Amino acid sequence: MNKAIYRYELRQRWSSVGVWFASLAGLVLIFMSLFSSFSSDMAAMNQMLEKFPPEFKAVFGLTALDLATLEGYFAFCFIFCQLCLAIQAANYGLSLISVEESELTADFLLTRPLSRPTILTSKLLAALTSLFVTQVLFWGASLASIVLFKGDAQYDLHAIALILGSTVIFQLLFFSVGLLISLLVRRMHSVTPWSLGLAFGTYVISAFSGILGDAKLEYLSPFKHFEPGKIIRNMQYDTRLVLLDAALIILAVGVSYWLYQKRDIASPS
Amino acid sequence: MNIIEVQNLTKYYGKSRGIEDLSFSVREGEIFGFIGPNGAGKSTTIRLLLSLIHPTSGQASIFGKDVTKKGPEIRSQIGYLPSEVFYYDHMHVGELLNYSASFYPGDHRLRIKYLAEVMELEMNRKIRDLSYGNKKKVGIVQGLLHNPTLLFLDEPTSGLDPLMQRKFFDLIREENKKGVTVFFSSHFLGEVQRLCDRVGIIREGRMVEISDIRTLQTNNYKKIRVLSQHSPANFEIPGVNNLQQEDGWTQFFYSGDINQVLQRVSDVTIEDLSIEEPTLEEIFMHYYE
Repeated sequence: MNKAIYRYELRQRWSSVGVWFASLAGLVLIFMSLFSSFSSDMAAMNQMLEKFPPEFKAVFGLTALDLATLEGYFAFCFIFCQLCLAIQAANYGLSLISVEESELTADFLLTRPLSRPTILTSKLLAALTSLFVTQVLFWGASLASIVLFKGDAQYDLHAIALILGSTVIFQLLFFSVGLLISLLVRRMHSVTPWSLGLAFGTYVISAFSGILGDAKLEYLSPFKHFEPGKIIRNMQYDTRLVLLDAALIILAVGVSYWLYQKRDIASPS
Repeated sequence: MNIIEVQNLTKYYGKSRGIEDLSFSVREGEIFGFIGPNGAGKSTTIRLLLSLIHPTSGQASIFGKDVTKKGPEIRSQIGYLPSEVFYYDHMHVGELLNYSASFYPGDHRLRIKYLAEVMELEMNRKIRDLSYGNKKKVGIVQGLLHNPTLLFLDEPTSGLDPLMQRKFFDLIREENKKGVTVFFSSHFLGEVQRLCDRVGIIREGRMVEISDIRTLQTNNYKKIRVLSQHSPANFEIPGVNNLQQEDGWTQFFYSGDINQVLQRVSDVTIEDLSIEEPTLEEIFMHYYE
């Protein structure tokens, strides 16, 4: 690893980490602040939810959730946080190498006396640090909002911790798949459509698998792998799916190193 | 000793040609000019040597090391000035230069200061606010700050005003005197003529000719202009090329026994005469006919 690149890349992402954290913290705070008024009208709320068609509830992951409990309510909010975390991670992965190529600065680092694996490792570690910092801040904000707005409700800290901890592999997966995609494409002009597509696409797959009850579709969407309702019910992650994710992450990163090593860097002119 | 050794180097981008079967070598301490029109494969060659792209076939070595295997080691001794300079826009000039210097062992602050003074570069401006020429200056300082022993200059003078060009040439000559080998790519031949020892001419991905710049200039052709009332047909003898007439001047290139052509000149009444070395530009056009 090269420290100068690592530091430069970190500095590049500080503001982005700040914006993502602010959005996530805002989301959790606003959501959780409504918990007390929500839980006091729980009977009415549950009645209303029952009138919704089951497909609708499946789309929003509401079938498995008991919104009357604090964990259940938090889990519902967490689904939207997952969407943000997925976009952020995909964004960082997709842009890791491609941003230098679309802004034509790739030659600068690659003509220094550095091997490509060194460059990739330094950039990779910086991006992963940024993601991890976002997660830790997000965990803090989540726990703070829960404690702040729980009112009289009891909650299971173990369940909350399991839900929050799932962000690690969840983001790693989006990040590494994003990185792989960016290296499979010859030249990526803009990252945002890809990262939004990746995040919302897999979210929609997850929603559909909820409606259709199709077990095979589950494999395709990380949202299903770490569905907060399921985590609360089982009080553990699905080992099979976690292993699948880990294998996928290792494979995607490994192939990315290989692709980057043999990549032709397009001339800026 | 040869610093750069290229053997049968070929690069295809999918089906389109980059370079084909290119072989040449650059000696230690020389300034090697690499000329050809746009799209001939000059940048492709440099990018292959810097291992920014990978060859389809063939080999290249620098300092006796294979460029595809020992890239990082080789690049620690290389300075590169790209034809179009793109750096991180939000950085200040000084920041970028220090970032660049951080990849090479040693303290380069004095050197940066010296180079920036010579090139009249302001250190505290943002890259994004710089003009094209000023970005080029950043490129020059960045390429020289770590005292490389081999310089790749890819059309280095575009965007520099004549005064800066001269300073830049002085800088390159100064480096060359210290023993630095220079690989100078250009489509502007005048500057190659001023600076280089040997020159390779590339056309449609292939090396057409490699020769000493003096051989290229003197051995082959003289440019002869005659002001006379007589028909230019008078000068149609073997060895005469590109016979043209304009405003009473008859002009042609001649290679061969100079006495024969002088005989023809003395046969007619002339008002004026000039015999010159052709410029490299004129010789060069000959390769592209």
